[in-house]
Amino acid sequence: MKVLVAVKRVIDYNVKIRVKADQTGVETANVKFSMNPFDEIAVEEAVRLKEAGKASEIVVVSIGPAQAQETLRTALAMGADRGVLVQTDDEVQPLAVAKLLKAVIDSEAPGLVILGKQAIDDDSNQTGQMLAALLGWSQGTFASKIVLGDTLTVTREVDGGLETLSLKLPAVVTSDLRLNEPRYASLPNIMKAKKKPIDTTSPATLGVDAAPRLMTLKVEEPAKRAAGIKVADVATLVDKLKNEAKVI
Amino acid sequence: MALLVLAEHEGGALKPATLNTVAAAQKIGADIHVLVAGENCAAVAAAAAKISGIAKVLVADAALYAHALAEPLATLIVGLAGGYGHILAPATAIGKNVMPRVAALLDVAQISEIVAVVAADTFVRPIYAGNALATVQSKDAIKVITVRATGFEAAALDGAATIETIAAATDPALSAFVGQELSKSERPELTSARIIISGGRGMQSGDNFPLLEAVADKLGAAVGASRAAVDAGFVANDLQVGQTGKIVAPDLYIAVGISGAIQHLAGMKDSKVIVAINKDEEAPIFQVADYGLVADLFKAIPELTAALDKK
Repeated sequence: MKVLVAVKRVIDYNVKIRVKADQTGVETANVKFSMNPFDEIAVEEAVRLKEAGKASEIVVVSIGPAQAQETLRTALAMGADRGVLVQTDDEVQPLAVAKLLKAVIDSEAPGLVILGKQAIDDDSNQTGQMLAALLGWSQGTFASKIVLGDTLTVTREVDGGLETLSLKLPAVVTSDLRLNEPRYASLPNIMKAKKKPIDTTSPATLGVDAAPRLMTLKVEEPAKRAAGIKVADVATLVDKLKNEAKVI
Repeated sequence: MALLVLAEHEGGALKPATLNTVAAAQKIGADIHVLVAGENCAAVAAAAAKISGIAKVLVADAALYAHALAEPLATLIVGLAGGYGHILAPATAIGKNVMPRVAALLDVAQISEIVAVVAADTFVRPIYAGNALATVQSKDAIKVITVRATGFEAAALDGAATIETIAAATDPALSAFVGQELSKSERPELTSARIIISGGRGMQSGDNFPLLEAVADKLGAAVGASRAAVDAGFVANDLQVGQTGKIVAPDLYIAVGISGAIQHLAGMKDSKVIVAINKDEEAPIFQVADYGLVADLFKAIPELTAALDKK
């Protein structure tokens, strides 16, 4: 079975983001970018399926600027077989991402698609669900375990604990944190990844209208909490909570 | 145009996040309908009818809605969508799962996890783990929205809306419920608790969480955890407070042995009063804490339990 994985290039999770003074967005110049952490987990899961003999080929897709090639190379170094870059410098929102992925999937015909459950930049948590809807496929979101057989058994992280579903294939899965621990690519694999093929296409070539539906009017910093005080001991703490904050 | 709110319920009870979602809807418009989809959910519908300021409760009572599977639930909502300008759901595991599917089937954007309503088409939502707030305007005819419960005060329960039964939609038959492992606890739920005490990596082991449970029992509090504590296997995933776990805003949040990674702060920094207990006085958690106690938690927490006994 062919497995397709979608990956996004985002500001690295270790970067402390700064809101631009003109409130148009966050500072992206001279900032480190890397693969969305949830997408690394998605790639890892696909590679494990291949190592277990359950996936025949792993195609990794990214939508974004030319630099998203680097994100694809990271996935190729982890074990994906080839990449597809849908190149655009424009803002692409989740619905458009889902439409672009659907266009790629229509020609690639994978049996399983794995995505990260959300990107850590816009925190939308939408693309996988939207893609499943557009394809008319089943969806297994926030997955912490998947078992691939004639159907796909997915254990999902839900508010009260864990839930297990059985999904008809083909299916869309989105990865939660505890699905696996992604590997670091080894140097030989990074070298090998440079020779793996990446096809480049565009929203226009795929015939998809990728125009944003949401207009960002402004981006602001949230209100900061005023710094509090240190208390000397537990007795003082309890006294403050009782008599000053009046919360216990 | 009217607004539709998806009610969330469990075990025959309406979940509190539904009330916050109705409150968000009230800031947009007046004619609010609440959809209760489930199996044997008459009690939930009756509870929903008491929400203040809603016009009507729609009830779809059928076996295929028993587990809130995304595919049939989305089909049901899409079938109703024509009559509404806004469709809202709480940003819970269920809302986050089903609403993007609804939005895509309607060919509209979703506005995720709004924390404020600016106008009927303009909303504020956190991005970058809450390190920035974006004000976004939707151009779509139908606004599909998930609501972060902590952004809105719960709607009151003094209404008397009419209840209307609606037919189930077709079952796409793409997925089936197999089973669930839900945590059992006598304590309040994290997302609606007035007081939360959370443990982090500093707890060292799941065996030490009873220390926090003792305090929780004295205060009627819920027990939470940081991602580090969950990843280390100390406690179950559903206790995780943070950007990718539960977003909470209790009156009092006590962080014990939690360093205060951005990921965690994103989930609790809107709490009214924050207490941090950590032996590392440089821990970032102290920057957001109203009251910080630099101490060894294994000494401080038993002292706290004893002090609460005396009150």
